[in-house]
Amino acid sequence: MTDAVANIPPVVLPKSNAEDRISVATQWQLTWWRFRKHRMAMIAAVIILGFYIVILFAEFFAYSNPRISNEELSLLPPQPIHWFDEGKFSPYVHPVVGKRDPKTFKKVYKPDLETKARIVFWAEGFEYKLWGLIPSNRHLLGIEGLPPEESLFLIGTDLQGRDLFSRLMIATRTSLTIGLVGVVLSLFLGILLGGISGLYGGAVDDIIQRFIEIVRSIPTIPLWMGLAAAMPPTWPVTRMYFFITIIISLIGWTVMARVVRGRFLSLRTEDFVTAAELSGASQLRIIFRHMVPSFLSHIIAAATLAIPAMIISETSLSFLGLGLRAPAVSWGVLLQQAQNIQAVAISPWLMIPAIPVILAILAFNFLGDGLRDAADPYG
Amino acid sequence: MIAYLVRRIFAGLLTIWAASILSFIVIQLPPGDYVTAYIANLQSTGSVISAAEAQALRQQYGLDQPVYVQYFKWMGLMLQGNFGMAMEYNRPVREVIGDRLVLTMVVSIAAIVFIWGIALPIGIYSAVYKYSIGDYFFTFLAFLGIGIPNFMLALVILYVGFKYFHVQSIGGLFSQEYLSAPWSVAKFWDMVKHLPLPAVILGMAGIGELVRIMRANLLDELRKPYVVTARAKGLSLTRVILKYPVRAALNPFASTIGYIFPYVVSGSIIVSLVLSLPTVGPLLFKALIAQDLFLAGTILLLLAIMTVIGTLISDLILMWIDPRIRMGMEGSN
Repeated sequence: MTDAVANIPPVVLPKSNAEDRISVATQWQLTWWRFRKHRMAMIAAVIILGFYIVILFAEFFAYSNPRISNEELSLLPPQPIHWFDEGKFSPYVHPVVGKRDPKTFKKVYKPDLETKARIVFWAEGFEYKLWGLIPSNRHLLGIEGLPPEESLFLIGTDLQGRDLFSRLMIATRTSLTIGLVGVVLSLFLGILLGGISGLYGGAVDDIIQRFIEIVRSIPTIPLWMGLAAAMPPTWPVTRMYFFITIIISLIGWTVMARVVRGRFLSLRTEDFVTAAELSGASQLRIIFRHMVPSFLSHIIAAATLAIPAMIISETSLSFLGLGLRAPAVSWGVLLQQAQNIQAVAISPWLMIPAIPVILAILAFNFLGDGLRDAADPYG
Repeated sequence: MIAYLVRRIFAGLLTIWAASILSFIVIQLPPGDYVTAYIANLQSTGSVISAAEAQALRQQYGLDQPVYVQYFKWMGLMLQGNFGMAMEYNRPVREVIGDRLVLTMVVSIAAIVFIWGIALPIGIYSAVYKYSIGDYFFTFLAFLGIGIPNFMLALVILYVGFKYFHVQSIGGLFSQEYLSAPWSVAKFWDMVKHLPLPAVILGMAGIGELVRIMRANLLDELRKPYVVTARAKGLSLTRVILKYPVRAALNPFASTIGYIFPYVVSGSIIVSLVLSLPTVGPLLFKALIAQDLFLAGTILLLLAIMTVIGTLISDLILMWIDPRIRMGMEGSN
């Protein structure tokens, strides 16, 4: 019995294997292993990946032309898909017939239960240019033999009779890219000013820090409202888009600058920086070759955590009608129709665009959290 | 401590000055000047202004002078409490704003009191019972609070109230009969009864964040050996936790108030719009839509001033609560 116990191979072996693995792993491998353990962050990463696919192929997922309005189909309720027909997988919808109620003059839509409109995949629809380059008319969904603009309404239509789902796809691209571009802008400002602040210290540091404090102690939303309202209504969509992005990134950079400054301050006294200095590396080389790589992961985490605030800002501004305006389609622009509580009470599906907003904000928060934990794989 | 105070007040003045420049930029942004806009506005309502009057107005605001002179003139008028005319209303800005500014602050402070009152016990609970079902539940709620933009929350609550409880108007700060009544104890009490809803909506995101900060701080503190010692010496659990680690963890928690305040004031503008609260929010919005940037700029500046004062007061309270800040300041000077 005792012999048998003694013959069992020592249990420490697999552990030391793991230790070996850790000691030869690169920084990025360690970060990835650490990140993988954070389950919520992994789920969030998958969701964000889905959002990015929508960004890349928004027109493909949108089956109706998001700009074509049709008064006849105003405020049509969501149309459920029937996935199976007589036991076989063959998705179809019942076409909708609209009538005016003779008493209330309200438009009432009734599904025509007799006929079945078959849903086809990889269908032909409105023409678009993928990434502004490749002309195409392929869409994920379509209806056999009918233009989708008149037959398919997954989550209903808005006041102007435009298909909400298709508009939501385009809006996702607008709103999420505003967040991304805004983060890149504020990263640039943050690294520049935070870097100068942390590197030089002294009076420069003092001035920049006071400046950040001032920026942070002014209520931001009224200020943005003021700046955004000064935007002439005649501006084209793209210019409006960039102006809003710039306004929004005016907040993010202060947070970023603080993170960068803190890192610079703590790294400045590290041995490897001194070693690089002593071996005659130039200032720029020390910053970009030695210091930046060692806190890049922190920057990525901070940037991810800054995106939700940007999304909320854009959505709030556009919701108020001060951000992106009508021809542009963004989450906030879509939610603007949900502003009127009576309208929402009659057609609650107008609130559906809120779901991706909340989902995106939560996903970026969880992802940022996971990245922040993973950024310190030795901690 | 006095040196600290002086420095804080100086920093506050600096912020107000920066805010005044930003507000002035907002006023200057539209093409033309305030008087052209004012005249155009009067003309659209049918009244006419003579050239001499226009000239007098231009001179009063110094619009015929370089920008920096205009800025100083404007600042001078502001300092005298002369905030100019609100075009849309054709009344002095001061009258239009009325007690809306104070009400904005009342709503914001109510939200902060609410944030603190809720976040503190939940944070302590979550840290003490780490990884319990309650902890997961509150963490989830906290994340939801952070995830839902507060105007969305306001909309959903309005919708639920309208659809399921058949309440026509949940918003507002006063009941119908007190709307235009002068201030009285009854009116004040009526307002207090209306405050919880906007406070909850405004506070959700803040609560989410503060719960997480409090939880993290307290977890760090609970790990320290002095907690174990105190427990080993026979102190009861409540006493151990509430008397020492919570007080220590409260400091970084309390310092967040400085940035929570501008954040809440900021959020109150949008929430007020959705809930139609009589704060400066709807007024600012209308001014911006009507391109009355003069009124908007004034509101912006007044909001910034109120925020700076609010932050300063909260800093002073913090200093009074926490001896370490007081001592630290004395020690460093």
